[in-house]
Amino acid sequence: MGLLNFIKKIEPDKKKSPFLHTLYDGFFTFAYSPNSVTSGGVHVRDGMDLKRTMIHVVLAMQLCYLFGTYNIGHQHFIAMGEYPGFLEGFHLKLFHGLIKLLPIFVVSNLVGLGIEFYFAAKKGHAIEEGFLVSGALIPLIMPPDIPMWILALSIVFAVIIGKEAFGGTGMNIWNIALLSRVFVFFAYPTTISGDEVWVSGFEGISAGMSPDYGWAHNLFNHLFEWMDIATFTASSSVVDGYSGATPLALASKGGWSAVTDVYTTTQMWWGTIPGSIGETSKPLIIIGAIILIATGIASWRIMLSMLLGAIAMGWILNGWGATEFMQVPWIYQFYMGSFFFAMAFMATDPVTAASTNIGKWIYGFLIGFIGMIVRVLNPAYPEGWMLAILFLNTFAPLIDHYVLEANMKKRLQSA
Amino acid sequence: MFQIALLVIGVIVVLAVLISLADNLIQIEAKKSGIDTETNNMSVWPNVSEMMKPKAPSSIAGSNFHKLKKGHDIKIAGSPTGEVVHEGQISRFAVRPGNFRGIAPIPKMVVEIGSEVKAGDPLFFDKPNPDILYVAPVSGEVIEINRGQKRAISEVVILADKEQKYKQFDVPSLADSSREDLIGFLKSTGTLGSIIQRPFGTIADPEVTPRDIFISGFNTAPLAADTSLLLSGRGSDLNKGIDVLNKLTSGQVYISFNPTQAEFGSNVHNAEVHYFDGPHPAGNVGIQIHHIKPIKGADVVWTMPIDEVLTLGALFNTGQLKQTKIVSIGGKVANPTYVKTFKGANVGELVAGQLEGDKNRIIAGDILTGEKVTESQYLNAGDDQISVISEGDYYEPFGWLLPIKPRPSVSGTFPNFLFPDHEFEVDTNTHGEKRAFVVTGQYEKMLPMDIYPQHLMKAILTGNIERMEGLGINELLEEDIAVAEFACTSKQPLQAILRDGLDYLKEQV
Repeated sequence: MGLLNFIKKIEPDKKKSPFLHTLYDGFFTFAYSPNSVTSGGVHVRDGMDLKRTMIHVVLAMQLCYLFGTYNIGHQHFIAMGEYPGFLEGFHLKLFHGLIKLLPIFVVSNLVGLGIEFYFAAKKGHAIEEGFLVSGALIPLIMPPDIPMWILALSIVFAVIIGKEAFGGTGMNIWNIALLSRVFVFFAYPTTISGDEVWVSGFEGISAGMSPDYGWAHNLFNHLFEWMDIATFTASSSVVDGYSGATPLALASKGGWSAVTDVYTTTQMWWGTIPGSIGETSKPLIIIGAIILIATGIASWRIMLSMLLGAIAMGWILNGWGATEFMQVPWIYQFYMGSFFFAMAFMATDPVTAASTNIGKWIYGFLIGFIGMIVRVLNPAYPEGWMLAILFLNTFAPLIDHYVLEANMKKRLQSA
Repeated sequence: MFQIALLVIGVIVVLAVLISLADNLIQIEAKKSGIDTETNNMSVWPNVSEMMKPKAPSSIAGSNFHKLKKGHDIKIAGSPTGEVVHEGQISRFAVRPGNFRGIAPIPKMVVEIGSEVKAGDPLFFDKPNPDILYVAPVSGEVIEINRGQKRAISEVVILADKEQKYKQFDVPSLADSSREDLIGFLKSTGTLGSIIQRPFGTIADPEVTPRDIFISGFNTAPLAADTSLLLSGRGSDLNKGIDVLNKLTSGQVYISFNPTQAEFGSNVHNAEVHYFDGPHPAGNVGIQIHHIKPIKGADVVWTMPIDEVLTLGALFNTGQLKQTKIVSIGGKVANPTYVKTFKGANVGELVAGQLEGDKNRIIAGDILTGEKVTESQYLNAGDDQISVISEGDYYEPFGWLLPIKPRPSVSGTFPNFLFPDHEFEVDTNTHGEKRAFVVTGQYEKMLPMDIYPQHLMKAILTGNIERMEGLGINELLEEDIAVAEFACTSKQPLQAILRDGLDYLKEQV
């Protein structure tokens, strides 16, 4: 109780310094559940609150974080033809991954939470937990070499225009994490599309290019030398014939055979391929999805219907079969790209998804259906889920509207 | 491969069209021959809802049975057990004008301090309706007339006689009297005030003939009294009460029991009996109305609590108004028990010797819909339980992440599903702060009705009347969405929002 009393004593004055008070309140309620009691209405409240809801989403994606961090390093060394085994050069891959990921994580949370705190103080309400999840999702959907200022700018855009302009957590129309990614995608396309951006640590991915190691790598090199283990060697270079292209990029050019020339299905399934940081490993994402469904936090209706929608469209495209990409068997479409990540963590955001159960079926199905169209039929966009989800976010209120109208009609009709 | 699949689909579609055509032709033929296609399945297709219909337990085979899945039973420690009913030695009782929704806050008093009354004697009336009387639950001396805010009368307190004296009413004969005569009699005996009218949950308006009258014969609220205690041996009172109600409506009287109460259901005459099985709020009459015959458009229905029906029946059988209650006292008390007493008993006397420690919250009613009271207050007219729980004004380190004490929850993030029979020691901590609506689909799981509560709440908050009515506000009262309010992740005050909406709507209509 001593600690609690101390913390209570340093509470800043709400009137004199609203920002500090908001900050204090945010951290205090993080450390201690408040002592508020029910008044009016129910006398007992469920143990669940928004903080607990949000933290479970973050927990569900931790495996993606672990794997994503390591895979940044793994892809980096694959490009140079060094340590081809997954666990070879373990410490180098891990630390290279951390050097890339930590700044992204810190910047996205500092910028996002900073804006969140500012608006909370300005409006005089408590800090809402929405950005807890957005801030954890954004690093996972960015390329590992994203410049920090672009990342910061994209988050400023997403949080201010996408969320605070609409009134904060619970009021936004579009998924915040995807909004920040779509901002980068359209404003700075070269940093997030093409073959070169998915492998970290090079200025360009062509034979003979050497990695750029900065002070952080050198610092760890001292440590590794002292421990007498392998170090980062700046003199290595990209091996001949390595392109860094993702399976989807290959498939859109030359169909499934072009993909299997470079990657095995096992590689694609387990995720040891280039891609956005956290979305390559399908089994780990599925574990996350299972956690979300088992705890009842994310809607299984959306996930299932999105899967059905994607299968349906994949099947139609197979039947059409006009291009080599269309001929990729529908089941293999799921080995490529970020379908599962979008399904588990993006489409299920309760604020931006449809809110009625029937609406959720329609919403999920259309995301799967349209996302596959964007992926396969549109040469400008290598992957479809980001655009499909934002598109359906826009239409979710309309879907709900018709579901509610049907319910209202039923009631008023027989009057 | 694809062509074959396309062919198969084509064949299936053609067959489906043919069968559907045949189906339509049969329907048309059936209508021509005057067969009711609603109740008789004349279709080629099997009736799916008929096939999926839950099997009723054998004890009530052949009756109307509704199996409800939505909702949640909050299991809390300290539920009264056994059949032991202590005759309460309670000395003070009160009638609170505020319990009767729809009457003015300052009613006209008939008695004054020092007046001697018999059980059934009038205490006060509402000035616009002077013939609707509100009567004394017990005989004795009026010792206090307490006033609350703006001089509104908060309670009329009676010091009860040791030996109860009842006013002898001149009961009209059911067979010969008209509806007007009966309404007049109910007005003069105060029993009209215990009939609730939906929508809005006001006291019954005698000018209105209700479409139907509904009675719920059981209570699923946490720590609620088992109504079987009340009902056993009162078959003739129950049937008499139902007979009276049948005279008041142009439609039907419906009564619901849970499947374990088949013995009571099978003895009911003159009312349609329905059985409901499911978690709370399955015992709420509002939920039952929705499944039996929902309120639509301008429908007005009446509901009457089961104990009031028994009181009404006994009044017609004996001419005396015995407003007995079996009050369950549960939760954090020394000895959870049932007490047999009268309406409006003093809280302090009911819980005497039962409280342990300080920081208790005494609730008149159940933990979801009840009112926080002190020991000097009295039970409301509708209350038949007292729940005692701890106040939860403590800070909990990382309570949102790693709760130390088990707590009830509908969320799968707590391991509660591993211990389905655990009885929780609950407290009043909110377990989090109020937030905007974020999580969706949560309220729907707690309300076994075809209603979208979250959208209804938003319609109320934005004052959209058409939408409120369309989304079913007329079918709801606070008690029905109380479980949803308990489960709400965003800690929204749903009952208060709903009441605002109902009051607003009532003003506008």
